Amino acid sequence: MMMNDMPQVAQAQEQASARRIGDVVLDLQNISLSFGGVKALTNISFDVREHEIRSIIGPNGAGKSSMLNVINGVYHPQEGRILFRGEPRQRMEPHMAAAQGIARTFQNIALFKGMSVLDNIMTGRNLKMKCGLLAHALYWGRAQKEEIEHRVKVEEIIDFLEIQDIRKTPVGALPYGLQKRVELGRALAAEPNLLLLDEPMAGMNVEEKQDMCRFILDVNDQFGTTIVLIEHDMGVVMDISDRVVVLDYGKKIGDGVPDEVRSNEDVIRAYLGTSH
Amino acid sequence: MLYRENGQFKTSYVADQQIFPIAQDRIAIGLLLLVAFVVMPLAGSEYLFRAVLIPFLILALAALGLNILVGYCGQISLGTGAFMAVGAYGAYNFLVRIDGMPLIGAMLLGGLSATVVGVLFGVPSLRIKGLYLAVATLAAQFFTDWAFLRVGWFTNNSTSGSVSVAGLNVFGLPIESPVAKYLFCLSVVCVFALAAKNLTRSATGRQWMAIRDMDVAAAVIGIRPVYAKLTAFAVSSFIVGVAGVLWAFVHLGAWEPAAFSIDRSFQLLFMVIIGGLGSIMGAFFGAAFIVILPIILDQVPHWFGIPLSTATTSHLVHMIFGALIVFFLIAEPHGLAKLWSIGKQKLRLWPFPH
Repeated sequence: MMMNDMPQVAQAQEQASARRIGDVVLDLQNISLSFGGVKALTNISFDVREHEIRSIIGPNGAGKSSMLNVINGVYHPQEGRILFRGEPRQRMEPHMAAAQGIARTFQNIALFKGMSVLDNIMTGRNLKMKCGLLAHALYWGRAQKEEIEHRVKVEEIIDFLEIQDIRKTPVGALPYGLQKRVELGRALAAEPNLLLLDEPMAGMNVEEKQDMCRFILDVNDQFGTTIVLIEHDMGVVMDISDRVVVLDYGKKIGDGVPDEVRSNEDVIRAYLGTSH
Repeated sequence: MLYRENGQFKTSYVADQQIFPIAQDRIAIGLLLLVAFVVMPLAGSEYLFRAVLIPFLILALAALGLNILVGYCGQISLGTGAFMAVGAYGAYNFLVRIDGMPLIGAMLLGGLSATVVGVLFGVPSLRIKGLYLAVATLAAQFFTDWAFLRVGWFTNNSTSGSVSVAGLNVFGLPIESPVAKYLFCLSVVCVFALAAKNLTRSATGRQWMAIRDMDVAAAVIGIRPVYAKLTAFAVSSFIVGVAGVLWAFVHLGAWEPAAFSIDRSFQLLFMVIIGGLGSIMGAFFGAAFIVILPIILDQVPHWFGIPLSTATTSHLVHMIFGALIVFFLIAEPHGLAKLWSIGKQKLRLWPFPH
């Protein structure tokens, strides 16, 4: 018995260490973003530490999704500096952010509707697949071997998210909650070190939310993935976040551990809605 | 009742990722190939080869190429006729200008010429989408019409503007008789259909479909839109170019630019839409519908001995054919391939409700 317990203890310790919050991985300094005359983000600075769950909250139109779009290169801020793993980042395109290990899900589900669940998640591994066009056309040999190697990984994710029974279903035919789960799967398939989740629980019922929370915590816990989360459900945010940043009208009005944020006057005012 | 997959358990990913995972499908496709390669050459008439099967196979190949671009990658193109023409004239020039150039070599080089032109006209797709892209690819059509009509070099300065090839052979076997032509086309089509299927079920195909379904999300998970779109244009125009070579060399023998007019582009686009976007099978269904159905409709009055003038028959064929297209598109907007898969799905359970 003792011998059998040993690896489990070691594993538990290893998991505990994966969870330990480390150094700053992403440092956003004085970010300003505007579209023509509309200022989406004004002079925002905050950082994200390794292995933590960092939430961004704020009323509608506060600039939360714009912030994520800045982080993964969809939008290019006019001012400010982004340090990723200590390196200042040049202008980058979304696929370059993906290559650096940043994955994300979208507020409005952005799955590939014509493809099956399996293919959607397989697409998430696209950056790890090295075969070229000709190998794919021949298929047998190198391409098939690679396809199966990645299929094994994808099946692990399918097991993790408990969606085995729908793996061959076209995603367009799935209910909303499951689509959200598949989208998380596609992001996980890339084995990201930074995962951006844009309202992963929007429109879900309580049970679906509980499932999704469990998956997010498990991802963070087991893989040590750093997570940046946008969410409107305050109960969820305050429960699972390590630190929270609050935006309102494109400005940062609060930053800190959940308890600090909860008692912040500006935050309460923004949410209860006094005149600006 | 016969179409059941009970007891066919997949125990490896190789088995699960086959092109035809159901045993009955494998048997059916085997029989189909047997009929196509063995029975047809023994039993078919010259008319059947010349007027039905050879055009069907070549246009199915062109539709297959177009389907990769339109159906799998979501980029609409109206320049298919142009890419066929580039393939045909490219292969012609390689054949005429280089001594001892084998037919297969000329065919592949013709396909590569079409690839180059296709990628060039695909560059606008990086900035524009949908109907605007369709109009941009239309430019390819007018450009090639002009080039092959006005630039003498492409037609080897032929005075009539028409060019021809003769004495074709593959590895010493002459491609002269209708049966030989048919078998040659069939082999080429089978090879390309298999390659296209392999591409679409591998990472390349998933990149194309990702760009088609949601290009922003595709970029965010690391797909380079430039690469995905241009490879789709390249592969598509290569296959279309090879189809152009076959159409010119094998089907027509002698041709002028009018053989690859805008009508051809539209015809192929209709095939892809009616057959089923994003389906290899769909290209064949679409080509069969557009090539073979009018011929059958044309014969119907004869079978029943109805005395109709040729002109009336041809008008009727046009009207019925048009009505059928409308009917099928209303009944199933995703094309005949979708109807086919729904049918198979139903057959798996029939005659039980669940």
